[in-house]
Amino acid sequence: MARRSWLVPAAVAAGLLPLAKLAFDGATGGLGANPIQALLDRLGFWTLAMLTATLAAGPLNAQLGLAWPLRIRRALGLLTFGYATLHLVTYAGVDQALDLRAILADVVKRPFITVGFATFLVLLPLALTSTDAGVRRLGFRRWKRLHRLAYLAALGGVVHFIWRVKADLRQPVLFAVALGLLLLARLLPRRPAARTAGRAPRPRPGGEGGAAVGDTRPAG
Amino acid sequence: MPFRPDLRDRDATPEALWLRRRDFLRLGAAGAVGAMLPAAARAGGPEGAALPVTRKVDLAGGEKPSPWDVVTGYNNFYELGTDKEDPRRNAASLRPRPWTVRIEGEVKKPASVDVDTLISWFPLEERIYRMRCVEAWSIVVPWVGFPLAGLVKRVEPTSRAKFVVFTTLLDPEQLPGERRPILSWPYVEGLRIDEAVHPLTLMAVGLYGRVLPGQNGAPLRLVVPWKYGFKGAKSLVSIRFQERQPRTTWNLMAPNEYGFLANVNPAVDHPRWSQAKERRLGDFFKRPTLPFNGYGDQVASLYAGIDLAKNF
Repeated sequence: MARRSWLVPAAVAAGLLPLAKLAFDGATGGLGANPIQALLDRLGFWTLAMLTATLAAGPLNAQLGLAWPLRIRRALGLLTFGYATLHLVTYAGVDQALDLRAILADVVKRPFITVGFATFLVLLPLALTSTDAGVRRLGFRRWKRLHRLAYLAALGGVVHFIWRVKADLRQPVLFAVALGLLLLARLLPRRPAARTAGRAPRPRPGGEGGAAVGDTRPAG
Repeated sequence: MPFRPDLRDRDATPEALWLRRRDFLRLGAAGAVGAMLPAAARAGGPEGAALPVTRKVDLAGGEKPSPWDVVTGYNNFYELGTDKEDPRRNAASLRPRPWTVRIEGEVKKPASVDVDTLISWFPLEERIYRMRCVEAWSIVVPWVGFPLAGLVKRVEPTSRAKFVVFTTLLDPEQLPGERRPILSWPYVEGLRIDEAVHPLTLMAVGLYGRVLPGQNGAPLRLVVPWKYGFKGAKSLVSIRFQERQPRTTWNLMAPNEYGFLANVNPAVDHPRWSQAKERRLGDFFKRPTLPFNGYGDQVASLYAGIDLAKNF
């Protein structure tokens, strides 16, 4: 089906804009006096932003009947994983300059880094099973259950952010509120009209527009 | 510190006028064009009224000072915004002249004095110090100022003066960050009296030979090079001598993370990150953090017999 085939590429392109801005700022001195810290902070911010957008797709479909958020959800999920990976690589490879002993000490001793690292480990299987083949191999129900871990990852991300901040909690609290609202939205009854309009109804267990990352393959 | 009552050129210099002119220019077309340029292209050299410096002391082991643009563009001064770039952006709202400083509490000669008069009491010197932030980054700063010891001696503390308390201006008009209760305002810091009269403890009034910019704590701030940067309270309106140890701002906020002494100590980690290493801004690799920020030979004796792991 070629219908709106531009949608996913457009979402990916938009999702990569913050990365392009980072690269531009990095090349022109726009990252300030402590560029490594700025890089870490901004990659972390965009990981959480992408994850929040990913988690918004289900409720947007279930409550507003929009079809397109589900179609870009896998792309958003993989963008989340991409930003998370860059964030981790920047921490380990640049900030800590691959000092494995220091990294291990951080991961073991510092709750804020322990949570961050654990959150990455939660995202990893979601990314690895995000392909069509991944869904088939696991079976849709198990795959879907696994991908509800995206909410755990969001919780971990928010805690990681809150513990990172010294005093000004505005940004992490904003993410916490968004996550709370998205969780609440899942408790609402699904709007009857909410369907992937124009498409044959797919087997969507529970029909509550879950947290699946790769639940966007075109029908047929 | 000898008392020098003679007035010098600086005292006649209309710094207030000069600063206002700068504020005006900042609003002008030059500022608008500058804002569109990338930061690297904007990075300028030292600016501001020059201060007369009677001697220069390098206490950073010959290391080159961090560039002006770094020292004045990467600041923790939450009263002017919590992002590192905020204080420079918002500094125009702070009006550091005219400015009155109160010297009060357990002293025989309390005073409420204009900051330029206060500055005129002492010869100014340049002191190049390392500055280690509790966030594990550091810079090298060519401060201009005078040792606090001279001021302490001049106001004659009583025998009950065990601590010195430094209080930042409380005025949300000038320091808009104080409109939100991020920390308990006004910002308060404190030193034991023996720390206050240590020759390394500096009242800074300038940077790079120029009058202190707002984002660095104009017109008068504390600099204690062997302690974490947050001890250096900025834009001071009160220096109070008292018997009991004060509750200080960051210590109130998180007593398990920020102690009263706050001596730089690579062996005592912040609960959330290691203090073993630091990144000198501009460097790629982190470097080991030194006990007392490398000033241990001069200050370690102040803490003889104290468990620094408990009293961090």
